[in-house]
Amino acid sequence: MAKTVDVENLSIYYGSFLAVEDVTMTIRAQQVTALIGPSGCGKSTFLRSINRMHEVIPGARVEGRLALDGRDLYGPGVDPVGVRRQVGMVFQRPNPFPTMSIYENVVAGMKLNNRKASKPVLDELVEMSLRGANLWKEVKDRLDKPGSGLSGGQQQRLCIARAIAVQPDVLLMDEPCSALDPISTLAIEDLINELKTEYTIVIVTHNMQQAARVSNYTGFFNIEGTGKPGRLVEMDETRTIFSHPAEKATEDYVSGRFG
Amino acid sequence: MTSTTDAATGRPTARPVLQVGDRVFVNLTRGAGVLLLVVLAGVAVFLIAEAVPALIAPSDELPGGLTLIAYIAPLVFGTILSAAIALVVATPLGVGVALFISHYAPLRIAQPLAYLVDLLAAVPSIVYGLWGAAVLGPASVGLATWLNEWFGWLPFFAGPVSATGRTMLVAGLVLAVMILPIITAVSREVFRQTPKLHEEAALALGATRWEMIRMAVLPFGRSGVISGAMLGLGRALGETMAVAIVLSVSGGVTLNLISSGNPSTIAANIALQFPESSGLAVNTLIASGLVLFVITLLVNAAARAIVNRRREFSGAN
Amino acid sequence: MSTGIGNARREADTELATGPLPSITSPVRPLPDGSPWGILGTTAVVVGGGTLLLGHGVGLAVTLTAVVYAAAMYGVARVVEGPRKAMDRLVTILVTAAFLVALAPLVSVVATVVANGVARFDVEFFTYSMRGVVGAGGGAYHAVLGTLIITAIAAVLSIPVGLLTAVYLVEYGRGKLGRAITFFVDVMTGVPSIVAGLFAFALFALFFGPGVRMGFMGSVALCVLMIPVVVRSTEELLKIVPNELREAAYALGVPKWRTITKVVIPTSVAGIASGVTLAIARVVGETAPLLIAVGITTGVNLNPFDGRMATLPVFSYYSYVAPGVPREPFLDRAWTAALVLIILVMALNLLARLVARAFAPKTN
Repeated sequence: MAKTVDVENLSIYYGSFLAVEDVTMTIRAQQVTALIGPSGCGKSTFLRSINRMHEVIPGARVEGRLALDGRDLYGPGVDPVGVRRQVGMVFQRPNPFPTMSIYENVVAGMKLNNRKASKPVLDELVEMSLRGANLWKEVKDRLDKPGSGLSGGQQQRLCIARAIAVQPDVLLMDEPCSALDPISTLAIEDLINELKTEYTIVIVTHNMQQAARVSNYTGFFNIEGTGKPGRLVEMDETRTIFSHPAEKATEDYVSGRFG
Repeated sequence: MTSTTDAATGRPTARPVLQVGDRVFVNLTRGAGVLLLVVLAGVAVFLIAEAVPALIAPSDELPGGLTLIAYIAPLVFGTILSAAIALVVATPLGVGVALFISHYAPLRIAQPLAYLVDLLAAVPSIVYGLWGAAVLGPASVGLATWLNEWFGWLPFFAGPVSATGRTMLVAGLVLAVMILPIITAVSREVFRQTPKLHEEAALALGATRWEMIRMAVLPFGRSGVISGAMLGLGRALGETMAVAIVLSVSGGVTLNLISSGNPSTIAANIALQFPESSGLAVNTLIASGLVLFVITLLVNAAARAIVNRRREFSGAN
Repeated sequence: MSTGIGNARREADTELATGPLPSITSPVRPLPDGSPWGILGTTAVVVGGGTLLLGHGVGLAVTLTAVVYAAAMYGVARVVEGPRKAMDRLVTILVTAAFLVALAPLVSVVATVVANGVARFDVEFFTYSMRGVVGAGGGAYHAVLGTLIITAIAAVLSIPVGLLTAVYLVEYGRGKLGRAITFFVDVMTGVPSIVAGLFAFALFALFFGPGVRMGFMGSVALCVLMIPVVVRSTEELLKIVPNELREAAYALGVPKWRTITKVVIPTSVAGIASGVTLAIARVVGETAPLLIAVGITTGVNLNPFDGRMATLPVFSYYSYVAPGVPREPFLDRAWTAALVLIILVMALNLLARLVARAFAPKTN
């Protein structure tokens, strides 16, 4: 299922404002790629451009090429809604649907798209997804309870279950642990390690230890000043980025001398 | 609403594919919005169309043989006078009630109390009319007599005192009751939004509760109170039934608030005359309605402008 | 520049510091806790009781008591606690009094309407029309039906238009059209109800001639009043649905329109339903537009597209201002109609609260 994402000379605009300039990178399948960098450097914007979520803001557009296993996601006739079914996303703050039970939250991707499935099929999907998100044991006896009644960490894993229930190829995570306590964070990090066997994972994080712990590759984004576009400074194996990066700016950032 | 070309650079970008469902839904909601604009335009156009015959007719064919301006002017006067009384009475009262709910009442009962005041707004205007004529009017005679005795030298209380109490004063008071909940609700909202830091800073300086309110709450809420009062004014100007039932009308322009001879208001006059009118009289009434429409429009626009300016300055949203 | 401002600030500070700040060394003996109540009780007995004994009304007694109490509290506090504390106490009394004054009409209105309306609050009132009734008896069966029919049509027309407009404004309308609609919704909110009635008349008179009256005309007039209320309240509620929920749905590959209909609206349905109920409550008691557009009849007319209909508010109005002979039965019916209206409006308000609670998203 996991697929490779190829990014070539991608620039992201909001209206006439250039937010991210000229990113070229390859996001490898079945690996965890971390995006780090100071606030406002465009790493979240870039992440959201991978499943075209940034288009929620009017006037957003891109130049360049972004391909999923060779298929251009911005090609003519490509439906952004379809892109998002292939590239799932988990957000900063857990956001289960408050009107739905745990069960309904997991199958939300199918239910909201009016796709019919028999009860046993749905049951199996729910169990599989919740097991995949390491949440099954904790919630299997209260699937009909509202999802908003769970703890923050459980809610975030519920959101991950909801995302993988759609069976995407790529999973984007936008600072998934920033609203969680250390124990829940650990649970999510363990989960990321397990998920990478099946999915291509891209994670934005402010926490460099986290990037070092969970990722195989790391991309460092930077920005020269306010109003300037963010750019990808360098990308390499996580080990390399944190031990001897090619760029001075990267070294300053990962060693805590900057940002 | 995703733009397909970038205005600044003129470069075309790939047009996002919209699903059929999305396209239908956008047009459905947009259609509803446009329908609303059409309705409002219809209000203006049809009122003008029906008012035109009165505008161009010679004055001796109009009701009372007056020119249109001479017919409407006393009504405008009565409308403004009754609304002014309501505003003068209801604004301080509304601010007081809002302060009571936001800063004086115990927290636990503040919400139910606010709800109680909101209920005042729910009572239909016809009920206020009946109440004004049957209860407040007769009850006001004593007050009017006293006012006439002591303040008869003021034009407002010159008398002679109406025996039924169906006076401009009572009409204004009934309107005051009706707009009180609006003023209270808007003021209460802004008072509640006073930054806690300002309040605590004032209290930390050793201010009493009143001094804190004067230093922190009232300056912060001033524009809110003004816009609430304007919204209330808009409502009072257009209120029909309460005035139509309470006020005993004789036409003419007078400042005397407690006698039985009062100018009518535009709205009340329409309600009273319309069912029995035909021909040009109807057109004349519609012309007066148009005037009322414009007046309330201006007042409400002013209120909104104040609210919006405040929103910009306060940095909320 | 900046130092200049700094200096000015410092100067102001010193001025403040040397100004007449409350001295903490001056002995302030607060009034004992119960004393305001003691003074209030004494004033009530002496002033209020005295006024009543002299044969004046309750209103005057209460007013005088309040005035004397406020003056007495201010005086006593000024002597014992100093002017600042006295002012504080005075304002407390004034603010509390403002609240009580505001409640007085509500109590009085409800009491009056109940007292006068209960006489004819009987089965006959709800089962008979006024056809052929000249004196006592008869009822408002026809008016109740008329009100229900006209309000229902108005609601059926207004609610979808209002909801869809609000959805457009919140989810799509960022351009010129959106701003224009927002502005004109504000304008519509301020349209006086009588003007709405004139509009309906002007519109229908164009097609059916100047003598036209029908229930549907009344519904159209009520729509003009109801739509902006529905739009406003729905808009507020859609705005507070967190964007995160919309994004969560988009990220699952859900198209925008399904996100709106299946996530955004269900999340805020409690508030929307309650807002719609309040909008109905607002128009159900409207009199002026119906007076103009619908008129009144004595008999039952169930066809909103054919001729005059009776409605409760207009029924109440005509019974009161143009009673027959003898007057009493007409006035009684007017008050009972008012009572029914109040009950209807209060019930809708209550319903709105219950609806809000019943549909609210459950959190455990």
